[in-house]
Amino acid sequence: MSVVRDIITVAGVSAGVFFFFAGTVGLLRFPDTLTRLHALSKADNLGLGFVVLGLLPQTGGLRDGLKLISIWMFVLLAGASVSQLIARTARQSGSGK
Amino acid sequence: MSIATVFEIALAAVVLGLAIWTIAVPDTYSATVGFIAYGLLVALIWVRLDAVDVALTEAAIGGGLGGVVLLGAAARLRDTEAMTTEAPSLIVRLSAAILSASIAAALAVAILLLPDPAPTLAPEVVSNSGATGMANPVTNVLMAFRGMDTMLEKVVLLLAIVGVWSLASDQAWGGRPGLRHQADPNGVLAFLARLLPPAGIVVGIYILWTGADHPGGAFQGGAVLASMWLLVIMAGLADTPPVRSRWLRLILVSGPGLFLVVGLGGLCFGPAFLAYPVAFAKPLILGIEVAMLLTIATTLGLLLAGAPERSAE
Repeated sequence: MSVVRDIITVAGVSAGVFFFFAGTVGLLRFPDTLTRLHALSKADNLGLGFVVLGLLPQTGGLRDGLKLISIWMFVLLAGASVSQLIARTARQSGSGK
Repeated sequence: MSIATVFEIALAAVVLGLAIWTIAVPDTYSATVGFIAYGLLVALIWVRLDAVDVALTEAAIGGGLGGVVLLGAAARLRDTEAMTTEAPSLIVRLSAAILSASIAAALAVAILLLPDPAPTLAPEVVSNSGATGMANPVTNVLMAFRGMDTMLEKVVLLLAIVGVWSLASDQAWGGRPGLRHQADPNGVLAFLARLLPPAGIVVGIYILWTGADHPGGAFQGGAVLASMWLLVIMAGLADTPPVRSRWLRLILVSGPGLFLVVGLGGLCFGPAFLAYPVAFAKPLILGIEVAMLLTIATTLGLLLAGAPERSAE
């Protein structure tokens, strides 16, 4: 069983790393604020989600698993709200290019 | 070479690179952003060194609240920055480089000259950890074995807030710190400021409570509570309190005050200043930590809010 758990972890974390990588490439290469935010939210939402999914089989119990999932939920909430605020400020100040 | 070693070398290289970039980059804003990222990566290094308590504090204070304070300072400096374009002279830069290099060399020599094994009090701390009834050795050292240092640290926080308040103009003295924040009551920020604090307050109290036996404590929990408070203020749902307010000052002195009272109690009824009676060590320490949680959260929030700028009305 531990081999199956390890395989899930490697697959999940690798998928997460892929989305973080894609998000970082987008942050460096995309032309304006709005598209860069779009790239970053990939890393926050999907990347961290896959990392948490991959780590879940390694947790000691239900409590640790719930902690990991709630960390993901908090990052989703904060990331989505802050992206929205940055996007609004960028559009209002006309620097959204 | 294991994956962990490769990761550690890469982490160290990125931290050093960020440190150099923070120094080399010309404008204050970029340097501040670099410093925040540096603080978060240094927190990762502390995790790799198994110093989770330090990592929590570094992430909350060095990366989080310290970063926000510096960002605010950078924003205020932006107007003056355009005027000071001339670089310091070669002699100044050269002497700064020589000074920094000799301090780094002295530190390196000091570390290399340490006897092997290095002198440590760690085994003694571990063997005496039963005396306070708490399992977290860091909390034991902070609150019991070196309680004096921790108490003075809280007094320093009080001095810091007095220093910030002293920057107020005479008209604003005793008034409310910072500008009145206006935000769309139906906007994202107000939504977040209504949704997050109930969960954040629970997390902050949990971090304090778990600090007795696991990594955590008043400073880390207080930083979480302070950020929740600031979120509500920035969303315009509440205003900063006027600094002349009696209850505010009571909270600010409650942590160091209770610490001092318990310490004097140890002097009067026990063997020494800050000596806890063994039977009550855990409840006394937790009581001090609860008062300190409130003091730290309020102090950090007020440090970020800045000097009083408006009258209380």
